[in-house]
Amino acid sequence: MDELIIAGRKFRSRLLVGTGKFASNELMVEAMEQSGCEIVTVALRRVDIDNPGDAMLSHIDPKKYLLLPNTSGARDAEEAVRLARLARAAGCEPWIKLEVTPDPYYLLPDPIETLKAAEILIKDGFTVLPYINADPVLAKRLQEIGTATVMPLGAPIGTNKGVRTADSIAIIIEQAIVPVVVDAGLGAPSHAALAMEMGADAVLVNTALAVTPNPGKMASAFKKGVEAGREAFLSGLGEQRQKAEASSPLTGFLRD
Amino acid sequence: MELTINGKTRPYGGAPTVVALLDSLNLDANRVAVEHNRAVLLKERFAATTLKDGDTLEIVQFVGGG
Repeated sequence: MDELIIAGRKFRSRLLVGTGKFASNELMVEAMEQSGCEIVTVALRRVDIDNPGDAMLSHIDPKKYLLLPNTSGARDAEEAVRLARLARAAGCEPWIKLEVTPDPYYLLPDPIETLKAAEILIKDGFTVLPYINADPVLAKRLQEIGTATVMPLGAPIGTNKGVRTADSIAIIIEQAIVPVVVDAGLGAPSHAALAMEMGADAVLVNTALAVTPNPGKMASAFKKGVEAGREAFLSGLGEQRQKAEASSPLTGFLRD
Repeated sequence: MELTINGKTRPYGGAPTVVALLDSLNLDANRVAVEHNRAVLLKERFAATTLKDGDTLEIVQFVGGG
């Protein structure tokens, strides 16, 4: 596949994978491997002092994958900036998936706090990949201040509903000057393929892989969906029409 | 002294550095990030940062996330 370039860095895979909610670290690693992904997202949380648990990071090969920490759990710009700086201090490259989701029911991103946090983090030297609602105006504003991508949602996080925001995502893609990564809500390889056929530069998937009994197989299916969609986009899809247009010749019938 | 760690107040009687505190909690300094009185602490500063009674610390680590 043609390369994806984010902030000057080249990737062969256009599928980003989230590491949440897997039943085990082994299943997570299998999904990462089968997906062919090169970017994986992780979250930061307080250590349970009395029970620190397993270090999930030790299961991820930093030579194979770019670790993209998110600011999930942040309710406002200030919390997001704190989380981003902690992630950088933990040894990550200064790449951050910016998420500000004060609403606990639909986990919809707060556009004002996201823009505010993006401004601070860009000035602080971060490569910022903001998770946003499929709002073309916000996407434009974020690109103007220098975000490395925009990441519009297809549907709310973890809903597996697909690209419900297609019309708005199409406008974002049309106007984009940075890669558009469709994030959240993609539940099936066909959803990923649709986003890629529309011209999205990449997709990010987590729940769809984590909740199936066979994450490795699903990851492989998503990989094919993403590749199929990308190739179809690069080829150019045929125009949709109202009336039928015969595929077979309209001459030489068995009649006069 | 007493420290507030991840929102909980705890007694601490060890050496007053972040390195010693992490050690006493059996936490690998390489797998955590620390905020000391709301300021993010670089790993290089763990040994030199002195703890005082009443200090607040956030100790975080990476977990799975999307």
